[in-house]
Amino acid sequence: MEKFTTLSGVAAPLHMVNVDTDMIIPKQYLKTIKRTGLGKGLFSELRYKDDGSVNPDFVLNKPAYKGASIIVAGDNFGCGSSREHAPWALLDFGIRCVISTSFADIFYNNCFKNGILPIKVTPEQLEALFDDAARGANAVVTVDLANQTITGPDGGSITFEIDPFRKHCLLNGLDDIGLTQVKADKIKSYEATLAEERPWA
Amino acid sequence: MSTSAPRTLYDKIFDDHVVDRQEDGTCLLYIDRHLVHEVTSPQAFEGLRVAGRKVHAPSKTLAVVDHNVPTTDRRFGIDDPESRTQVETLAENARDFGIEYFNELDKRQGIVHVIGPEQGFTLPGTTIVCGDSHTSTHGAFGALAHGIGTSEVEHVLATQTLIQKKSKNMRVTVDGKLPEGVTAKDVTLAIIGATGTAGGTGFVIEYAGEVFRNLTMEGRMTVCNMSIEGGARAGMVAPDATTFAYVKDRPRAPKGAAWDAALRYWETLRSDEGAFFDKEIRLDGAALPPIVSWGTSPEDVISVEGAVPDPDLIEDEGKREAKRRALAYMGLTAGTRITDIAIDKVFIGSCTNARIEDLRVAAKIVAGHKVREGVSGMIVPGSGLVKLQAEAEGLDAIFKAAGFDWREPGCSMCLAMNADKLGPEERCASTSNRNFEGRQGHKGRTHLVSPAMAAAAAIAGRFVDVRRWPHAA
Repeated sequence: MEKFTTLSGVAAPLHMVNVDTDMIIPKQYLKTIKRTGLGKGLFSELRYKDDGSVNPDFVLNKPAYKGASIIVAGDNFGCGSSREHAPWALLDFGIRCVISTSFADIFYNNCFKNGILPIKVTPEQLEALFDDAARGANAVVTVDLANQTITGPDGGSITFEIDPFRKHCLLNGLDDIGLTQVKADKIKSYEATLAEERPWA
Repeated sequence: MSTSAPRTLYDKIFDDHVVDRQEDGTCLLYIDRHLVHEVTSPQAFEGLRVAGRKVHAPSKTLAVVDHNVPTTDRRFGIDDPESRTQVETLAENARDFGIEYFNELDKRQGIVHVIGPEQGFTLPGTTIVCGDSHTSTHGAFGALAHGIGTSEVEHVLATQTLIQKKSKNMRVTVDGKLPEGVTAKDVTLAIIGATGTAGGTGFVIEYAGEVFRNLTMEGRMTVCNMSIEGGARAGMVAPDATTFAYVKDRPRAPKGAAWDAALRYWETLRSDEGAFFDKEIRLDGAALPPIVSWGTSPEDVISVEGAVPDPDLIEDEGKREAKRRALAYMGLTAGTRITDIAIDKVFIGSCTNARIEDLRVAAKIVAGHKVREGVSGMIVPGSGLVKLQAEAEGLDAIFKAAGFDWREPGCSMCLAMNADKLGPEERCASTSNRNFEGRQGHKGRTHLVSPAMAAAAAIAGRFVDVRRWPHAA
């Protein structure tokens, strides 16, 4: 997994609440057996018109947001299906950070497995970030994970909360399975107890 | 772990599965059961191969194809090349890693959340995961069950554990006796309507009260299934005599002395008197009507006697915009009575409502009637075994005589990954779990309802109040 340390980029405002993972990556893109190449399907129902042409009104298609690496969105981002294709699609498209007031649990968790930083902010902070993002390519936002800060184009900065263990893994690009396998003896000993106490399980 | 403080059902199951606890509270949780399907697993197996890792406990894993398989005759293979590749990839991965696998021709094949319980793979007091958000279904047995992403699928395959922090406890109590015609689906839709689609975020829900005690296992599964639609990764019902009777003698359930030992443990699985819940919700079951969703979020629900609500009355700007957008997408105007909404299609199926009891209820409504002209209805049993049982009971004959399509088992039009989908602006009464934009097909319009309500809508061509069936038609 790629590390996440600091990120400076254009932030795209997505003024929607309850953005579900079906919307982030519709089912027709889930037939792949690969993790890569899903960027083409990101928000495809919104990005493209019925005839397949690009919808110029959708935020990620606007010239001001070309190359955006941050999305600022409304409450409950990533609800619905557990499909990890959602963060894979974001990553493949070039999005490394999503900022919202709240995230659905499974999506939130999936982000950390893929080097994407989901940041929870207060409704007031979100409004301010929406204002920054409205300035498009003229407004670069900087996210610093080590210091847990988001700095706007005018130098104003806010701090955010994050679970220390998740932060540590993301900063260092750690592989979860590798971390767990260090505890192989504990798993073995748990399994021995399980075989005694709940052999039917 | 020993503690004298009263604990919830969730606390107990969680505690019994902790392999390791870090100082910051991050735990390594042991996973007893892992279900695998074709859509969210290929990348996980690929990851194992790349790293040269094995599956830690193949016997604790069960694989089945469900999302991508056609619901028509499958003996001649799968036409769609991508779907075929995904199905073949699962077969190959199961073989290479030594995992039991039900292929598309196996009579035990079906939706992953139908076959787990059916096989007795799902047991009380176990931890169960699957790369599918509706894994919450298995909580009906008093198991801790939730969906995971593909990276976590790989983690479970490699280590039989998950890195977890404990969620908060929430209790949803529904007392009273459900009126005739009001079912588990209406209960779960009413709960989501009350809590909102993010109301359960960060929580594990325990469903308690008279209504759940009286529900069958099928009904409990319907409610737990939709916990995720209210934001909760997991929902559970304490196991009782109904649970044990359902599990007993299933192929993979413990037998003999092992059964007796398991039962002794299972009987301890209930929240202690005075256990603390961070959040409590109460509903009166006797006051619940049949419910229909009108928008594009499972929280957009209303009584069948109601009308489409007016978004302009919502104070919060974000919500107001979302609901306006939903009405435009659904092609509805505020104030339209639910019973005046005509439908084009009916889908009875999905991991929410495709078990034998669901089909019995639908057949009872349908018997002796015809599907309204211009409406097409599809019945997709949850598994091959459900299909066989329904056929043995003659339910297929009732559906076919009424003009319904009787299909092969799978996820089908719940998420429309296969050929079963809505056309643009087609309106569907669906027993599935999500009414998101595009979920059942590009620009398709989904109304979530119970099997009884869907069956009645197929006959009437519009939503009707099943409490007054057949007079309401």
